[in-house]
Amino acid sequence: MNAFLLEYAPILIFLGIAGGLGVLFLLAAHLIAPGDPDPEKVSTYECGFNAFDDARMKFDVRFYLVAILFIIFDLEVAFLFPWALRLGEGGAFVFWSMMVFLGVLTIGFIYEWKKGALEWE
Amino acid sequence: MGRLIAEHGPLLGVALSVAQIFAFVVVLLLSLAFLLLADRKIWAAVQMRKGPNVVGAFGLLQSFADFLKFVFKEIVVPAGADRTLFLLAPLLTFTLAFIGWAVVPVAPGWVIADLNVGILYLFAISSLGVYGIIIGGWASNSKYPFLGGLRSAAQMVSYEVSIGFVLITVLVLVGSLNLTDIVENQEGGLLNWHAFAPATIVVMFPMFVIFFISALAETNRPPFDLPEAESELVAGYQVEYSSTPYLLFMIGEYLNIVMMCALLTILFMGGWYAPHPALETVFIPPVFWFALKVCFFFFLFAMVKAIVPRYRYDQLMRLGWKIFLPTSLAAVMAVGAYVTYVGTG
Repeated sequence: MNAFLLEYAPILIFLGIAGGLGVLFLLAAHLIAPGDPDPEKVSTYECGFNAFDDARMKFDVRFYLVAILFIIFDLEVAFLFPWALRLGEGGAFVFWSMMVFLGVLTIGFIYEWKKGALEWE
Repeated sequence: MGRLIAEHGPLLGVALSVAQIFAFVVVLLLSLAFLLLADRKIWAAVQMRKGPNVVGAFGLLQSFADFLKFVFKEIVVPAGADRTLFLLAPLLTFTLAFIGWAVVPVAPGWVIADLNVGILYLFAISSLGVYGIIIGGWASNSKYPFLGGLRSAAQMVSYEVSIGFVLITVLVLVGSLNLTDIVENQEGGLLNWHAFAPATIVVMFPMFVIFFISALAETNRPPFDLPEAESELVAGYQVEYSSTPYLLFMIGEYLNIVMMCALLTILFMGGWYAPHPALETVFIPPVFWFALKVCFFFFLFAMVKAIVPRYRYDQLMRLGWKIFLPTSLAAVMAVGAYVTYVGTG
């Protein structure tokens, strides 16, 4: 258990060094560079206009749809990981069990396609 | 790290491990400085320009001059922005782009953390990469970054699905998530590399191409640089960024590109193995072959950027969901059937 966790320790150190380097870069510019904000400089960029109303506006529902589809298929990939590792020694039963699962998902995918969930105009 | 502690005791072992990681980060950053220059030089050569050629011989020091310039510029935080998230976003992109490298083996035994779930870890880290972009786009509280962030996130998650399926095809062939095992499975020359092995080339070479194109989309590179489509969204989620926050985004983006090149090398092109076993002599270290392949893929990335015109957004989504996804899904089934009924060649 201890030796197993030890393999992950370098990642923690790596995270610390990379994060520290990023903070260092931010601090460097904060300390060295001039800081002289004025209302014109800090106004949001809008091609020369004065910015009007809040930028966090309503957006197309398709983006939600893409996110949901992504979750479905990403989970599918996560299911495939352990299957892929043991396929070589599992034989036909392991293979066909997953084919049934993928078949069900493919039917769902065809349904989405026919419903027009994948269309962007 | 376990090995270092076993050999040198806990204190020296940890210190050596930290030194190792620090050296790796420095090497990564230095190579990145020259790859960035190479990118600009290749781009310039295609357009019959000279590219950067003033700072140092042939402009070799250009990236370092750029770095200094970034540090001496003012950090402008827009008035309506969420200050904490605005600065957190580039930091997140930068850090995540770095820590993925912890599991990448560049030569036999040259790896920071030899995890037995290496690919799963990389997949998780690259999924988290979306957060940096969407947080940056939202925190700016400006219209272009907001739209750019949304587009970018949708694009990245769309192509991540096909990348996931392509990874599965390689895993089925190898039977291990460890990146070193994946490379060692391809020992013995060009015809054993996953992309070219004769028995599976019909499926795996197209998978290699799909992975390459998805990598372009995943890293928001041209021809899929829609989040930064300057004619419509100015610079996407990066519009409001200046100085080192912008630099962090840029380093993160390029690190991800080089990471994708390294993954292409490891998954399909035999990692540190030479095209022919006879070339693996004592005079040419394995890391040379690895670096050569990564540079080759980076050259391809640069050439694609210089030559191919930009895609339209609906074309991009169609390519990802209607072509790559079904193709890679079918490939998973085909490779699975091959391994079950013919055996792992």
